[in-house]
Amino acid sequence: MDAQRLVAMANDIAAFFDAESRETAAEGVRTHLVKFWEPRMRREIIAHVAAGGAGLVPTAEEAVRLLKPV
Amino acid sequence: MQAQNHHDLGTPAANGPAVTLDIDGATVTVPAGTSIMRAAALAGGDIPKLCATDTLKAFGSCRVCLVEIEGRKGFPASCTTEVAAGMNVRTHGDALTKLRRGVLELYVSEHPLGSCPESSRCEVERLARAHGIGGSRYANAHSARCHSEGASKEPDASNPYFRFDNDLCIVCSRCVRACEEQQGTFALTIEGRGPDSRVSASQNQSFLDSECVSCGACVEACPTGALLEKSSLAHDLPEKSVATTCAYCGVGCALVAEVSGGEVTRMVPNRDGRANQGHACVKGRFAYGYATHSDRVVKPMIRKRITDDWTCVSWDEALAYAASEFKRIQASHGRDSIGGITSSRCTNEETFLVQKLVRAAFGTNNVDTCARVCHSPTGYGLKHTLGESAGTQEFVSVQQADVIMVIGASPTEAHPVFASQMKRRLRAGAKLIVVDPRAIALVKTPHVKADHHLRLLPGTNVAVINALAHVVVTEGLTKEDYVAERCERASYEKWKAFVADPANSPEAMEKITGVPAAELRGAARLYARGPNSAIYYGLGVTEHSQGTTMVMGIANLAMATGNLGREGVGVSPLRGQNNVQGSCDMGSFPHEFSGYRHVSDDATRALFEAMWKVPLGSEPGLRIPNMFEAALDGSFRGLYIQGEDFAQSDPNTAHVTAALSAMECIVIQDIFPNETSKFAHVFLPGSSFLEKDGTFTNAERRISRVRKVIEPLAGLADWEVTMHLSNAMGFAMNYTHPSQIMDEIAALTPTFRGVSYEKLDRLGSIQWPCNDEAPSGTPTMHVGKFVRGKGKFYVTAYVPTTERTSSRYPLLLTTGRVLTQYNVGAQTRRTANLAWHNEDRLELHPHDAEARGIEHGDWVGVTSRAGDTVLRVEITDRVAPGVVYTTFHFPESGANLITTENSDWATNCPEYKVTAVQVVKVAQPAAWVSRRRVPMTEPAGS
Repeated sequence: MDAQRLVAMANDIAAFFDAESRETAAEGVRTHLVKFWEPRMRREIIAHVAAGGAGLVPTAEEAVRLLKPV
Repeated sequence: MQAQNHHDLGTPAANGPAVTLDIDGATVTVPAGTSIMRAAALAGGDIPKLCATDTLKAFGSCRVCLVEIEGRKGFPASCTTEVAAGMNVRTHGDALTKLRRGVLELYVSEHPLGSCPESSRCEVERLARAHGIGGSRYANAHSARCHSEGASKEPDASNPYFRFDNDLCIVCSRCVRACEEQQGTFALTIEGRGPDSRVSASQNQSFLDSECVSCGACVEACPTGALLEKSSLAHDLPEKSVATTCAYCGVGCALVAEVSGGEVTRMVPNRDGRANQGHACVKGRFAYGYATHSDRVVKPMIRKRITDDWTCVSWDEALAYAASEFKRIQASHGRDSIGGITSSRCTNEETFLVQKLVRAAFGTNNVDTCARVCHSPTGYGLKHTLGESAGTQEFVSVQQADVIMVIGASPTEAHPVFASQMKRRLRAGAKLIVVDPRAIALVKTPHVKADHHLRLLPGTNVAVINALAHVVVTEGLTKEDYVAERCERASYEKWKAFVADPANSPEAMEKITGVPAAELRGAARLYARGPNSAIYYGLGVTEHSQGTTMVMGIANLAMATGNLGREGVGVSPLRGQNNVQGSCDMGSFPHEFSGYRHVSDDATRALFEAMWKVPLGSEPGLRIPNMFEAALDGSFRGLYIQGEDFAQSDPNTAHVTAALSAMECIVIQDIFPNETSKFAHVFLPGSSFLEKDGTFTNAERRISRVRKVIEPLAGLADWEVTMHLSNAMGFAMNYTHPSQIMDEIAALTPTFRGVSYEKLDRLGSIQWPCNDEAPSGTPTMHVGKFVRGKGKFYVTAYVPTTERTSSRYPLLLTTGRVLTQYNVGAQTRRTANLAWHNEDRLELHPHDAEARGIEHGDWVGVTSRAGDTVLRVEITDRVAPGVVYTTFHFPESGANLITTENSDWATNCPEYKVTAVQVVKVAQPAAWVSRRRVPMTEPAGS
């Protein structure tokens, strides 16, 4: 999976949930990723955050950190 | 000519309180407002008629339907005389017969007996024979009229599907009234007076050159052979008629296919059809010839590499090869290395079976559907706000609307039969708000003019919906009692505070949206004050990076103004394809089973596991764009595609074709070779809607039967092919009829629990939910309370798309459809509809054209950051300066070569509607494309 594409997608999701408080927004993004992202996509984005998370907006990065390992 | 065996009741139905009267000695009870003609017909005693038909208002011109009414003078026309309590009517008698014979003799003078090519069905000839008339004393009237000034000597055969023969016309005006009342185009008129009267298309033009949209309503209304399908001229009378459902757009018109010699000779709308109410369009009525086009693939084919030639093989060999390849790939790369795609062109039963094949036989949730690229944001947005992933109304509800808001849709082009119903309501006085970057036809059409056209810049939908909500909230136009009773208070308060922010005011948003604040305020007030306001929307809402946000914004606005849960209001997505709703309902999305239940829900999964006797995955699978990404990284290598053409219909073609090239086994099941099949290894011949049984679900959640009219050209219906593939994979499926698949769907899906073929045959159609609480279905959703309990408001902040204009790409491209073509054109390009639209064109505003030295008809190069293509230009002010528009019906126009991979945040629905482009004049289009086009990415592993 192209990490940059996943980063862009995660940031788009975060942009919607950013209307909520920071904590609620991150949880909203996390729930969305769990419900709609196939496991290999979640693995990829988790690995990307582990490698520094370049390009991810704060809400998205926080959400990915909340994800359980797949 | 009407459908064979149709019993025409003469005038439309009425719905008043019961009235009892006496007709020819029999007691008859009918609703008040019913004509005597209809009452008599309902009682089994048809009154002779010529100018009357039950789809049109009574006209009272032919004087054939005269009756006697006790206590009244003279002989009133039964079509224009309404029943009254205690009325005593005589429809037959010597005096009436004499009058009718006299009138009919005059008609025969204009329409000589035996002159009609459809003599046995011609209403004039039938009536004349029934009244013992063998000729006319006024025979020279026909000759005089045919030779009068302006009379054509030859029939007008310009329309590819029907011809008009003035010699056979009795000037009854049924065609003119059908064009006005049913279709709403007003293309026909009666020109001249007395014996010179004749039907004229537009300003005495040929039918093809006129404003006629070829809906065929006039042809069906014609009582003689004056307007007649060319196919009827070429064939014998039909041997059988089969009631079925149209396979084009999401209106889902009920049709009757007439068959002669094993061939479909005519398609007529079913007057009992609840969605189309006896109407059809140029596609559904006439453009069915593709089904037997010589391009049809009727033999299974295989090849090892996409560079090899195809080899025709038996069904068994093709299916065995496909199964062995899928198994080989899974053995090497894991269970999740393959997947499948369901099609919105196929039946509910077929899409259900494909997702079952993927989940149960493949053992993965990697299943998706073409709805991904059109209405997936509808599903997400309406589910979260209202609780159900579907439109809220039935089509007939529009007749109760006071205000109609059309957002990002062009119903006259893409949903023409519903557009006719909508225009009827608008002509009756309903107000119209159009939200669209283009001046769609509805903005100004005969007897209809939009009260407000919010001509927004592409990509600013959410800014507009927030500004509309701002006006509603800050001007006290919300329905507080409704919201208090039916919606989540906390979410409402939060949303209210958000939209009330001055940043969302029309004045603040004007510079972003391009919509004048005063115009927007007027529209908001009109919508909020209704009292019945209905929103209809299309892909101009969903195919954006904020498609889901916009759907939520629409639902917010409807909830806040109390416009949900009754007739005349609602939020209605206009679905693009015939079975988009159904394919979504059937569990085609990778994260949910049929009935929109998530795969992680243990109880739901247990139901399916018990029925299918196999463990199922609890994690969501890949969506279509994710599959492409995974194909490019080598983790996704096999795909079963039923009825979908990614390589033409999906955005950023170069990216898509690179992904398709990277796969090891693509199995295509389709009726024609297409752009995607160039990358396929197995081709399984599909079957058209005429060749199988099943059901489609239209945009109003209406489940309608599809019935087999002719045998499958390749020997198998699509559901049988999927079943055999599953068996070849080792997962047994043993259905003998699609009704058994529907029984399984009903057993597993709460909203379909009460659906069966027996009930569909009995009721004609059913709108889901259909279950114990609603055994006959649910025309209007959310009555009393929302499906999710309390309606939930979502804050819908406007987030500009990253696709923006620049000095390099200064124009915004948006896309859409034309009436006569359909989606990627696979069907309609193989019909005579090419007479109206034989190439995609780029609409360009005169100012933008002048600045570039471009003239009407010039070839232009269109370049985006994704790619480029060439199109011929149409200069028009339908588009605003800075905006260009094209359709995507022809593969050679390559509209999706230039669209980008941007997509909706929630669903990955592509942002087709916003692409920044530059347009330049091109002298040699082919050379320009070959010079500029980026070479295709080399396939991985090839």
